[in-house]
Parts: sequence; structure tokens; C-alpha cells
Amino acid sequence: MSDNRKGLQGPAPDERPHPDGRRNAQGIRIDPEAESEHEPRRTVFSAIVEDEPGVLSRVAGLAARRQFNIESLTVGPTTVEGHSRITMVVEEPEPGIDQIEKQLAKLKPVISVGELDDDAVRAELVLLKVRGEDPDKVHAITEMYDGRTLDAGPETITVQLTGDERKIDDAVDAFRRFGIIEIARTGQTALAHGSKKTVPGEEPGTSGEPTKPNTNTQ
Amino acid sequence: MSERTAATTDPEAADDSTETPTEVTSGSTAVVRALENAGVETAFGVQGGAIMPIYDALYHSDIRHVTMAHEQGAAHAADAYGVVRGDPGVCLATSGPGATNLVTGIADANMDSDAVLALTGQVPSDMVGSDAFQETDTTGVTAPITKHNYFASSPDTVGDTVGEAFALAAEGRPGPTLVDLPKDVSLNETDSEPGPAQPPETCRARTDPADEQVEAAARAIERAEKPLLLFGGGVVKADATEVARQFATEHQIPVVTTMPGIGAMPEDHELCLSWAGMHGTGYANMAITHTDCLIAVGTRFDDRLTGGIDTFAPEAEVVHIDIDPAEISKNVHADYPVVGDAGRAIERVDAELDEGPDAPEWVDQCLAWKDDYPMDYAAPDNEPLKPQFVVEALDEATPDETIVTSGVGQHQMWAAQYWTFTEPRRWVSSHGLGTMGYGLPAAIGARVAADDDETVVCVDGDASFLMTIQELSVAVRENLDITVAILNNEYIGMVRQWQDAFFEGRRMAAGYDWCPQFDKLAEAFGARGWTVDSYEEVPGAIEEALAYDGPSVIDFHVDPAENVYPMVSSGGANGKFALSEDQL
Ligand SMILES: Cc1ncc(C[n+]2csc(CCOP(=O)(O)OP(=O)(O)O)c2C)c(N)n1
Ligand SMILES: [Mg+2]
Repeated sequence: MSDNRKGLQGPAPDERPHPDGRRNAQGIRIDPEAESEHEPRRTVFSAIVEDEPGVLSRVAGLAARRQFNIESLTVGPTTVEGHSRITMVVEEPEPGIDQIEKQLAKLKPVISVGELDDDAVRAELVLLKVRGEDPDKVHAITEMYDGRTLDAGPETITVQLTGDERKIDDAVDAFRRFGIIEIARTGQTALAHGSKKTVPGEEPGTSGEPTKPNTNTQ
Repeated sequence: MSERTAATTDPEAADDSTETPTEVTSGSTAVVRALENAGVETAFGVQGGAIMPIYDALYHSDIRHVTMAHEQGAAHAADAYGVVRGDPGVCLATSGPGATNLVTGIADANMDSDAVLALTGQVPSDMVGSDAFQETDTTGVTAPITKHNYFASSPDTVGDTVGEAFALAAEGRPGPTLVDLPKDVSLNETDSEPGPAQPPETCRARTDPADEQVEAAARAIERAEKPLLLFGGGVVKADATEVARQFATEHQIPVVTTMPGIGAMPEDHELCLSWAGMHGTGYANMAITHTDCLIAVGTRFDDRLTGGIDTFAPEAEVVHIDIDPAEISKNVHADYPVVGDAGRAIERVDAELDEGPDAPEWVDQCLAWKDDYPMDYAAPDNEPLKPQFVVEALDEATPDETIVTSGVGQHQMWAAQYWTFTEPRRWVSSHGLGTMGYGLPAAIGARVAADDDETVVCVDGDASFLMTIQELSVAVRENLDITVAILNNEYIGMVRQWQDAFFEGRRMAAGYDWCPQFDKLAEAFGARGWTVDSYEEVPGAIEEALAYDGPSVIDFHVDPAENVYPMVSSGGANGKFALSEDQL
């Protein structure tokens, strides 16, 4: 007990061997010379959820606290009673996209979740309120984008447009010349192409009426 | 339920509780009946207006209730009870402040994946949303820190809801759940008996891993030249310790653990390099830095373990066994994920191995690192009592399977470093959340969970102890035989250490001008107290405190200047751990 050193004994950090290997910010081993990061990717998730109070806030809260970058989120009923579909557009680098799917799947009300393929059918609805000074030209552009006029007066004209994100973006650009007063976009909703299931394990509807949930499926 | 529980449960007591199950007449009796059905024997809590109906139903039940001094204490006690027993701990609180006082304990359980069921009272359903007296949006507040929480809507279903919440807490990766109980739901009549406790359909964990994952992992392990096992808390929670140890010894693979994984491998086993990370052993951090195949089981790769991700196990292919698929490649990319129960997955991988890795040189290297970086602190005569010495003395004076709880800070690190743990569920601490004040209520929970012949010690810090000191009243009232050893440095020492290392010694808000006399405080509570200033007094005080059948507190006045080493600075490379301040 006469040892007056501070700390512990052993080779100092610079006397130890250190490997050359490295991982990137996503924890993936990389060539130490080449700095490789995954680029963010934009994709759509569809989730079947139990339609219980607070389900939307659980999904939104999860995204917020885990810093998932959500572009839009829509929710509505499905063919099954008590089940809702949430459609979420996200933009994240690859491991983040995987995390979103897995974290969503862990939420108790989430019955099933899946990422949509590129060929999925997607659409969004937008309401545009523009100045009413040039009704004929507004009408022409509305026609061009297969839109509908919902409200027209001397001051303002409100039109409705639907379509995929690209079409909506283009249309909004085209309307800018009239002076856009207000805009409301629903965000994308989507279904898988053809007879593919949108969400794994999803129960297909058979009639126009909502069916009872099958309690044996996950 | 763990083997331990099965073995320690008193069969007569179990029979008793099934012989006189609570008769279901109301929501609250349904709740209590659901707890009985689930095998709950003990609950920790604090009374209050909105939870009174539940307490009234408990009045007639065989479930033991331990009244705590503060709801945070109830949550920590339930958490520790669950850690020791292997099945969920239960805590209760009233609405509003009762529920918010639970929050720290629930968050703690969530971070450490500890199974806890919290039951909270709530204002009557028709007053919800009106800012009624003691109304808090408890499900809103606790949603981010629970696996799931429930707002009970009807007396007819509330029993099943409580059963489901209990089962969910233990299902797959454990964690806390909560049921918020509006007073009318508790009071209103029902004769609806709850069914057996079952986790929700949407949350069933996959326990048996996929064949392809098992095969790929086995091939990676076979070709490893420097294989290393990393046992996390998941090995303990899955009761996979036997299988995991068998795998390590049979294939001669060195083992490091995480802090929650302490005890998964006996720390006195040759192959065990103890725990890795910020204050882990030098040899564990060397092994993690140089392994070419890290076989990680039941860990979430917390940043206190990994240090900077860029330099974490930089040479290693990672095999990651975990029951939670979301942990796979969350922080560290898993080259070979295996999703399943820890014990089952290890068994499957073991059966799949054609021949184990054969790496005697690597094992020798790991053993050489043990010699290179010994954990022997200096204890010069001209300096005050060293905290590490106190930990070693306690370890020596207590039986092998002693349960150790801790606060958070330097003392926690010394307890984890210098106590030699040989069994799982004996090191009970706050890891992920790092909650000062965990130690004493955890010791109470652990004491209630443990067998009478087991010893429970809480290694606490002066400041951590002050955060939940009121629970000493509970230990006295319930006559719980626990020994609190305060490593009193009259500092929030971990902060002081960082200030000296990273803030040029500006010790802002880290010291006390005055520290209470803990021995006297203990006596005032009705416990026994000692103060120890020198090496000579250590054995005597420990012996007396352990011999006393009731709560005792030893205030060890230790060297305020002592620092915790090794240390990996935050975000730094594990392999560059500092052994003294000048190396940081
Ligand atoms: C509830 C809480 N508040 C603050 C902190 C930050 N903190 C971490 S360690 C520490 C010092 C703890 O002091 P003490 O319990 O005396 O332990 P010591 O480090 O001195 O051994 C503090 C303030 C924390 N971990 N938990
Ligand atoms: Mg202190």
C-alpha cells in the first residue's frame, strides 16, 4: 500500500495495437479509405392497424421520438371492421427505412406493415384556392389536369386535383401564375399493383360490406 | 417464469392464493383477480383517490402489498423484484402526481427491458379531458416509455386488459406496460371473470430462429480466428445462462458481457473478461477491439458499450442474436442476424456447427491482456479509504450469491468492477437510464423477491442515496434485512470526475459544503447506522451490519479524489481506454 500512482497500470493507449478497420455512421464496416454513407431514399409504408383510440398518436409519436423523417401520413378505414390503413411516405437512408418498418411492427395496435414496391398505385388529393380574376384561364388549367372546380366567386376559385405526387407538383406549379391563396394537400395514399397484397397477411375484402376481423391472423 | 422462481416459490403460499381467489363483483375486483390469475404475489405502491377502489379490492386478496414512500420507489422496487424473480413486478399509483412519480421508474424499466406492470388510477371516464383534480394524461405521458399502455374502458373487460398487459410485459423482449384505470371502471359492477393472461396477438415474439439465419451464423463462427462472445442482459432475461456458458466453454470462446449481462458468465471463470465499454476492463475492451467475429447475444449495442461506432469492433463480422428484430442493425450492422430466444438460438447455432472455432492463440492473447491491464487500484497509506477496497471487502464478507443493487455514479462503476459476480440476477442496477436513487428501492424490491437466506446489499452514492432516502422508512416498517453501503465521497463524484477531465476542473454544482450524517439519519428512521473512516474499521462495521437482522446503513467516508478507470471517453475508441486522467 505504498504505491502513489493515479489510475491503473498497463500499456498506454499509444503503446497498444489499433486495428485499421472502421464503421460508418450506420455501424456498417467499411473500407477505411472510402467514406461510404447510404443516400436517403423515399418510400411508402402501408400498415394495417387496430382502429383504437390513440393509434395515430402512437405512430406519429414513434416517428417523432426516433427522428424518422415523415413526408406525409394518411389514415382511413379498410375492408375489415375495426381495422384502419395508415399510409406513410418517408425519406431515410437504408438502415433507417428498415428501422421504421421494424419499429412500426412493434407497436401493439399495428397488425401488419409493409413497404410498397415501386409499381404501387399512389395518389393524393389537393385543394387549391387561387385568385378569381381570370376564371377562364383557371378553368382551362383545371381541365388540363383533370381537376374539378369546387367553388368559384369573383374573389377566389377553389379547385380539386388528384393524382400522383408528380402530377400534383406540376399542377401546383401551373396554378402559381394566378396567385395561390391557400393550399391543402392530403399526402399520398397507395395500394399495391394488381392482385399483390399491399400489406403482408392482409385479408382481402370479398363484398362491399366490411368483414369481421379474423382473430387468428397476425 | 424462471427456474429460480419455480424453485423458490413457496408451494403452500401458491396454493393459498388459488384457494381463495378474489370474487369478481366490480372492475377493481376483476383487476385483482387478473393479477392473482397471473400468479402475482407482491405489489408495490402508494394509495390515493383514484386508485382507492383497487386497494379496496386488494384488502381481501392474498397478494402482499408493500407501501412505498414515493411512487418512484414503487416502480424501482417492482423493477428489481422482477429482475430477481424473472417475472414481472407490479406497481400501483393514483392518478396525476402518483402516475407522474412513476414515470422515472417506468422509463428506467423500459431502457433496461425489465418486465413491470404499472396500474394507475384515473379520474372517472366522464371527467377525462376536463382538467379534473389530479387528472394527467397518463397514457399520453407514458406511451413513449412503455411497450404498450392501456386505457381501461369497461369493468367487463378490465380484468382481461390487466392480464394482457401483464403477459405483454414478459413476452419476447420484456419491458414495462401500464393500465390506466378510471375510477368508474374500477367501481362499476361486473361479474365478468378474466381469462388466462395472454399477450396480444400482434405482439407475439418469434422464439425459434429461421434455419438460414442459424446456418449462416454457424458458418461465420466456424471460420473465425478470433471469436468473441458478448453476453448482454438478454441472456439473463431469457434464462439462457446455462446454455450460453456451455457454448463458451465447449468451444473455448472468450466472453465479455455488457453491464446488464453481468453474471451471465461467472466473472471468476478463465474465459470471462468481465464487462466492456466506457468503464469496462481493459482486457474486455481489447478483446472487442481485436475480435474478428463478435457473437453478440441479447444486447442493443448501447453507446456506453460501443464508444464511437466508427471504431467499435472494427475488425469483426457481427453475429447478432436477439429476440427483438428491431435491434438487428439498429446501432451496429449485423452481418449475421439471428432472431429468436437467446437460449434456443444458441442451442440451434451450436447444433449447426460442424466444428467449433479453434483459436487457442486468441484465447492466450485474451488471457495475456488480463495480465497486461489488471484492475488493481493503488491504495497508498497516506490517502483516505479507497472505495474499491470497500467493494472488495463487502464481496468477501458476503455469500457468493449475494444480490447487489446500486445508485448511479462512480460507486456504481466500482461495484460493477470490483464485485465478482458468478450468477445471473444478482447485479441489479440502472443501466440504460442511469437513474440516481435506484439503489435503495431496488434493494427493497430485491429483498422481497429473494429467499430469506439470501443477502441483499445496496452499494450507493451519497447523492444517489439522498434521492430516494425516504424508502428507508419502508425497509424499517417491513423489517427488511438489507445493508446499504454508501461510498460517500461528498461529491456527485462522477460529475466531478468529468469536470476535472473535460471542464478544466471547474467543479460547478458537484460538491457539498455540508453532507448529512447518514448513520444518524439511518438511526432516525429506525435503522442501524455506522460511519467508517479508515481501513481498520471496514471489516468490523461490515460484519456488524450484515449480522443485524434489519436495514442497516454504513457510511464509508472514501477518498473524494478517487476516479474510475479504465475510461473510454464518450464517442472514443474502446481500444484507447484511459488508465489515468492524463491519458484522456
Ligand atoms: C436522476 C439523476 N440526476 C442526475 C444524474 C447525473 N449524474 C450522474 S452520476 C451523478 C453523480 C452521482 O453522485 P453519487 O450518487 O454521490 O455517486 P458518485 O459518483 O459520487 O459515486 C450525477 C449527478 C443522474 N444520473 N440521475
Ligand atoms: Mg458521491
